[in-house]
Amino acid sequence: MAAVDSLLETTALCKRFGGLHAVKDVDLSLTRGEIRAIIGPNGAGKTTLMNMISGRMSPTSGQVRFKGQDITGLKAWGRVFRGIVYTFQVTSIFKNLTCYENVALAAQRRLMGGVTNRLVLSERQIADRVQAALLQVGLSAAGDQRADTLPYGHQRLLEVAMALALDPELLILDEPLQGLAQEEISAFCDLLRTISQEVTVLLIEHNVSVVLELAEMITVMDSGEIIAEGSPAEIERHREVQKAYLGK
Amino acid sequence: MSFGPHLFLALLEGTVTAFVLALIALGLSLVFGVMRIVNIAHGEFFMLGAVLAWSCSMLVGGGAFMGFAVALVVGPLIVGAMAVAADGLILRRINYQPESTIVATIGLLYIIQQLVLTLFGADARPVVPPIYFRVSFPWFGYSGYKLIVAGVSGLLLLGTWLAMSKTKLGLYMRATQQDQEMAQAFGVPVRRVYAKAFALGAMLAAVAGVLVVPIQQAHYLMGLDPLLLSFIVVIIGGLGSLKGTVVAAFVVGISDGVVSVFFSPTLAKIVATLLVAAVLVLRPGGLFGEEGS
Amino acid sequence: MSGRLTGKVLALHLGILGLLFIAQFVLPAYHHTNVARIMVLATYAVGYNILLGYTGLMSLGHAMFFAAGMYGAGLPIYYLQFGAVPAFCVGVLLSLVLAALFGLIALRTSGVSFLIVTMMFAQACYLALLYFNKITMGDQGFILSKSLESVSLGSFEFAFSDPAVKYNIALLLFAGSFLLSALLVGSPTGRVLIAVRENEERTGLLGYNTYKYKLLSLVISGGISGVAGAAYALLFSYVGASFASILYSIYPILWTLLGGTGTTTGPMIGTGIMFYLVDIASGLTSSYLFVVGAVLVMLILWFPKGIMGAVRTRWLPWLP
Repeated sequence: MAAVDSLLETTALCKRFGGLHAVKDVDLSLTRGEIRAIIGPNGAGKTTLMNMISGRMSPTSGQVRFKGQDITGLKAWGRVFRGIVYTFQVTSIFKNLTCYENVALAAQRRLMGGVTNRLVLSERQIADRVQAALLQVGLSAAGDQRADTLPYGHQRLLEVAMALALDPELLILDEPLQGLAQEEISAFCDLLRTISQEVTVLLIEHNVSVVLELAEMITVMDSGEIIAEGSPAEIERHREVQKAYLGK
Repeated sequence: MSFGPHLFLALLEGTVTAFVLALIALGLSLVFGVMRIVNIAHGEFFMLGAVLAWSCSMLVGGGAFMGFAVALVVGPLIVGAMAVAADGLILRRINYQPESTIVATIGLLYIIQQLVLTLFGADARPVVPPIYFRVSFPWFGYSGYKLIVAGVSGLLLLGTWLAMSKTKLGLYMRATQQDQEMAQAFGVPVRRVYAKAFALGAMLAAVAGVLVVPIQQAHYLMGLDPLLLSFIVVIIGGLGSLKGTVVAAFVVGISDGVVSVFFSPTLAKIVATLLVAAVLVLRPGGLFGEEGS
Repeated sequence: MSGRLTGKVLALHLGILGLLFIAQFVLPAYHHTNVARIMVLATYAVGYNILLGYTGLMSLGHAMFFAAGMYGAGLPIYYLQFGAVPAFCVGVLLSLVLAALFGLIALRTSGVSFLIVTMMFAQACYLALLYFNKITMGDQGFILSKSLESVSLGSFEFAFSDPAVKYNIALLLFAGSFLLSALLVGSPTGRVLIAVRENEERTGLLGYNTYKYKLLSLVISGGISGVAGAAYALLFSYVGASFASILYSIYPILWTLLGGTGTTTGPMIGTGIMFYLVDIASGLTSSYLFVVGAVLVMLILWFPKGIMGAVRTRWLPWLP
């Protein structure tokens, strides 16, 4: 499936846990700059697929290619360095550290090239990147606050700030809207649209109405397989999807 | 003595060691399995059993046998009570958190050990065996009491197995070991099971101490070697697995006996400690099987 | 922005070192030697704290690194008539190599498994020292003072028997590791170590190879412990297997917990207090190790943050 400007491609990606076939032969292809949503009922294999793309899990068989290169054997930290950034379903920030420290950890990764950098990197450079990321998500004022004192919605924004500070090319969001209030959801969607001007976004979401509005392409999974793929309008009309997921 | 009889002697010694080690290790394994904690003070419970047995032999009239019989009952009970106290005052308060428990039980080790040093002194105290007879083999005579120790230990192991599989407490313990949250959901009083498991583990070690003291002498440092050995047995044999612990105790006990007789006890220990490290490094699931590969 | 090597933090560290320097002119002889000893042991604690306090890995086997430094320095002096400086280098090198090899093997484990592996390895090293006692003199140990008179730097000759020499060399080495720990903790690398302590998986998903960072921390930690061990052999002229026993793996846990893990100033304070507690207790009873047990239990139950940890939470959040 050669696309025009294909950023990420999976080929026949499979994951088996003992007897359970969680992901079966998935061929996924992401174009640069798109917003792709993956939807499907619980247990469809969405998170497992994300785990294999981000490197948290290794596939039973199949391939993952990023920017034309085979990354199937590359560990998670290596993938982050190449530009694939993953944010957790359950917020996983550094609770005991300040927001600044949280984002600084991400920001300095890009700057830590050689050995000397690791000890004497200018705090100024890091601070600039941190402020930029916090500004983009709207948390500029929260720099000195401890991360666990933030309300839940802001913690999710902090996660996004950390992801942005890593200069991602592909941003993978695992159920980012879960637990957010309505106003927060619209603000978050605006943020995502802004981000996607520079970053390819891949998200798993259960909130179907938001997905239909936000995504440019939707992939529908069920029982470990892709059962449909297309624009939001196509997906809405798709018979199998209506049966399996939309409950019609 | 030629090689054959020498080997037979080593095997006999190893078997007796193995039985006693199985008792001590079983206590540790129970605590590992049910409570998911590492109790570094476990060897001190063994030492306390021995020391209490010596005290009984000094305080109780009626000859060696009476003193021993009293010790066999009173020793484990006292040690069990101390264990329950330690659980309630310390372990429960730190919520059985793994690394804190290790540090706390190290502290407990020193507290118990040094208190015994203060009260009983630094000398090794001998205890007369309750029954004394010799079994005559064609090449050497062997202490009959040691064979009795092996026999009694075997009976106690059997008894523990029966208790674990047939009694309600045993059922509770096995359930808690398998899945603590599920057990709690089914109404198992997990906190009380923990206290009883800790007490039972301590009592098994104490009984071993009482049995062994006529063979070894009572000394405030005698808990350290059995601690290391039972660690080795439990990690190799598999945590909380009764059968695994007993089998491993035999493997470790007999090979330790043989190696000690023919080579050197220090060398035997070096090999054993490195073996444990190897098992832990190579085992994919971590100590309690929860860490991912 | 806590912990960064700001002017305030640097001033604090230099101030403490300055106080220690001045102290040698006012301390009576008995305490003079004690403080020298404390500074060497505090170096050990500082090394230990880098692994425990800042990277979050508890080891029960650091005595093997301390002993590697001690024997690495002591054996060449005793048998090969090495001078002080070359012997010191051998000791430190040995502990660094041991830490690296050990880390390569053991760092696939974590948590309690890691702790037990460190304990077993260190125990094996201790037993090996006893087994080869024809060379190492086992528990009895050996004395260096006849073989090691002095160290010469340029045209200056410093006799090891001179208490002032002992004190200032101990201070110099402590200062080095103290400042190094402050520098490390305030650096981007230190930030990563703290992140590993707080949430290792997340740190990996920020693009860091956490295994490499843990190994680095272990090697630095082991190396500083080796510096302490080598210094102890040189300054106090005695090498013995008791320094490889599990008690000397338990001591740094005690010292850092008391002083405050995860603080640069904690280890030194914890070492100082415990040294005097044990010193006083051993004058009163032969079961003085009771205080070790009692303090450990009390710390775990009631003061898990330690002294400087509590100070930092309540009054001085900028403390590294």
